[in-house]
Amino acid sequence: MSAVLVTTTINGDRTEFVCETDETLLDALRNRLGLTGSKEGCGTGDCGACSVTVDGRLVCSCLVLGVEAEGCEVNTIEGMADGDVLHPLQAKFIEHAALQCGICTPGFLMAAKVLLDKNPNPSEVEIRFALAGNLCRCTGYDKIVRAVKAAAKEVRKR
Amino acid sequence: MAHDPSYTNQEFKVIGTRPPRPDGLDKVTGRAKFGADAFAPGQLVGLILRSPHPHAQIRKIDTSKAEKLQGVKAVITSADMPDLTNGNRNMLDILENCMARGRALYDGHAVAAVAAIDMPTARKALKLIKVGYEILPHVTDVDEAMKPDAPIVQPYVRTTGVEPKPKKASNVSQVTQFGHGDVEAGFKEADVIIEKSYKTEQTHQGYIEPHACLASVGPDGQGELWVTTQGHFAFREVCAKLLGMEVAKLKVTASEIGGGFGGKTHVWMEPVALALSRKANRPVKLVMSREEVFRSTGPTCSTSVDVKIGAKKDGTITAATATLRYQNGAFPAIWAMLGAMTSYACYNLKNVKTVGYDVLVNRPKVTAYRAPSAPMAAFAVESTIDQVAEAIGMSPIDFRIKNAAKEGTRASYGPKYGPIGIGPTLEAAKNHPHMRARLGKNQGRGMACGFWFNFGGQTCTDLNIGVDGTVTLTVGTVDVGGSRASLSLIAAEELGIAYERVKCNIADTGSLGHNDMTEGSRGTFSSGMATIFAARDVIEVLRERAAKTWEIPVEDVVWEGGQAVAKGKAHGNLTPLTLSDLAAASPNSGGPIAGHNEVVADGAGVSFASHICDIEVDPETGATKVIRYTVIQDAGKAIHPDYVEGQFQGGAVQGIGWALNEEYVYGEDGRLQNPGFLDYRIPVCSDLPYIDTQILEIPNPNHPYGIRGVGETSIVPPLAAIGNAVSNAAGVRMTHVPMSPPRILKAIKSEQAELAAG
Repeated sequence: MSAVLVTTTINGDRTEFVCETDETLLDALRNRLGLTGSKEGCGTGDCGACSVTVDGRLVCSCLVLGVEAEGCEVNTIEGMADGDVLHPLQAKFIEHAALQCGICTPGFLMAAKVLLDKNPNPSEVEIRFALAGNLCRCTGYDKIVRAVKAAAKEVRKR
Repeated sequence: MAHDPSYTNQEFKVIGTRPPRPDGLDKVTGRAKFGADAFAPGQLVGLILRSPHPHAQIRKIDTSKAEKLQGVKAVITSADMPDLTNGNRNMLDILENCMARGRALYDGHAVAAVAAIDMPTARKALKLIKVGYEILPHVTDVDEAMKPDAPIVQPYVRTTGVEPKPKKASNVSQVTQFGHGDVEAGFKEADVIIEKSYKTEQTHQGYIEPHACLASVGPDGQGELWVTTQGHFAFREVCAKLLGMEVAKLKVTASEIGGGFGGKTHVWMEPVALALSRKANRPVKLVMSREEVFRSTGPTCSTSVDVKIGAKKDGTITAATATLRYQNGAFPAIWAMLGAMTSYACYNLKNVKTVGYDVLVNRPKVTAYRAPSAPMAAFAVESTIDQVAEAIGMSPIDFRIKNAAKEGTRASYGPKYGPIGIGPTLEAAKNHPHMRARLGKNQGRGMACGFWFNFGGQTCTDLNIGVDGTVTLTVGTVDVGGSRASLSLIAAEELGIAYERVKCNIADTGSLGHNDMTEGSRGTFSSGMATIFAARDVIEVLRERAAKTWEIPVEDVVWEGGQAVAKGKAHGNLTPLTLSDLAAASPNSGGPIAGHNEVVADGAGVSFASHICDIEVDPETGATKVIRYTVIQDAGKAIHPDYVEGQFQGGAVQGIGWALNEEYVYGEDGRLQNPGFLDYRIPVCSDLPYIDTQILEIPNPNHPYGIRGVGETSIVPPLAAIGNAVSNAAGVRMTHVPMSPPRILKAIKSEQAELAAG
């Protein structure tokens, strides 16, 4: 037992949590802070269901230690909407039925947001490769790609 | 999507529209609670110790050191889960799969479990459990397991379905046979006969959410289980039976489910979590790792299938046979039987015979995977169909159309078909622009058909009117892919109100009568049926309340456009009463307004699909690329077309993964070599094109709206459609799934060698 105090900013709020030195950021978010929107599908960085950003960089939070978040800005799915206004990606995922079971959805939204932040006008191929680190077993990705395209259009209008 | 109004004689208002799903917001904001997202006061962490051996006698389990570790609250073995099944071998098999009883039967079989205050302590405790194994010979291949000298997996098993009844144990648990006519005579009439053998490897459903539950049992015999499941009522019954609990005292709540595809129709570690909780008298949360999911839960069968089809030059199939060997893992099941039933379901055959061998091996217990058993049989049959068509010089599509089953056809598995969609899906495929698109270099086109039975089953539904006129629809079928949206549409349609005024909830087992699992593509079919009847029940009450208010006979009141209307000249001055009016008045007009229905939803209409795909094969490496894919399927009636398309696309892509990449790789040591998503590669976004869909609507006469289940059939044709496309692209017949690059390259090389030797 060697718990450490970590001071970080999560979804814009200064947050402190205590975690073991070998504890993943994903476990800290889920079990210490109650932020269960990030999911564990594999624990080995293969499925992307735990995707969050650390200082703007997309990471699998199951491959990041909680202590590595010290002094960083962490963003999770719980912080994606602006108050009661959904991010265009969130709105378009609902509108285009881009989810069935929804377990992979938070990870897809985080990965897609990083893509659109960098490139608000991605081609289909660019979308497919940007999302290739996220596994979805329900949709066959068709409606996800369409939703991201539609959201990009909204983002460009803003 | 032309709907035949002559059939139901009604114009739909909201059915067929695409409103946002009610659980959408929660799922895009991270609020939706899945299996691993629940917490209880004082909860412990549960972990399971699993056998590293594919087959071993368990001589001794020493848990004493683990029990003494600070923070460990319970350690259990099979001794803590006594056999209470009263000779029900099926239930005992389930119990034995949850926790090994004297013998470990596969790599990953549970042998002990702990509950501790946190994960590090639980991990330490697992390491302190000492198991004395005596390693036994094992068998993991289906054909090897059928040999007379193969190691016996289950000594109690005697082959059923053969005469005389065997006295010796066998790995063949049952032999089943289907068909009609005289196949020998039929083959004599044939101008062309093609006979071929095929193999498919074992795949996993690959749901992204691992199994997870939170169990709580007290010394008073009451318990609660929060669990990711396709059927919480069935989980309750099985868990109660295995643990000696009373059904009513175990409340099971289905969490949001992160994919199931059949894999969450069985209990795995839920009885273990309950047993741990009972021993510790604390809530226990048990979440599987991905490795545990692969090693010890629900894969589908690996198979070995022989097919023989004979046809006349005019394209008539004269006889067809199939011999299907399906491995069931370590416990007897009916998977080869289902393969034998579905093999030729698409065709109108005079002479047909199929024989299924269900075979035990030292692999995890096989579970349903989306139209279970049908894809492998379809791979073998539909690949052979293409070869027969080629041999007689007919196009694959015309050959299929000529032999397609139709209304009145006697199916190869027994029944006579009613109105069915195989012919229409084939005609639609023939007319689809995809069929005429130009192919590039090294590209091939393939097509295939698929069939699934679909299922109805026990269903129980409540519909309550709120005081403000909004509707609470309470169903007991788990929503795996958007059924809350389609069921809300159905309630809105029946009541004549807006979709937004209905809220559909999935009840826990304490709040509603028994519902069968969401399996067999039954969710929207059966709960849809019960919702219609419950809504009609409510309409009766509403008419009575209106009649009472107006003081006129109830016969003079009709329900139209969401309101009670008085009919007849004498009542011309009566203003219609809306649902909201009647709801507001309900406290003084007779109390709550509620409807209810319980039904065994018989008459699930059979389902057919035809798929077309274009594949490019790199002849240098054997690598493949899916260029174009089209799914055409009969939905009966598409309630929410977005989610119908979603089922078509998702099933097709699971089939694509199965056809091209996915397989369980077992080593000589009988251990699974690739229990992770890195080495068990499911399709990713960049592997695929858009998946085109075409929904046909041939109404199911047994459902008030004509609904057929749509969830499963879409995984049946892809193996064969892709097999045919790859074979056409590579110029060599592929007979082994998955068609991974090494397998394709090997087939190309040996074909080249044969030609050179020619």
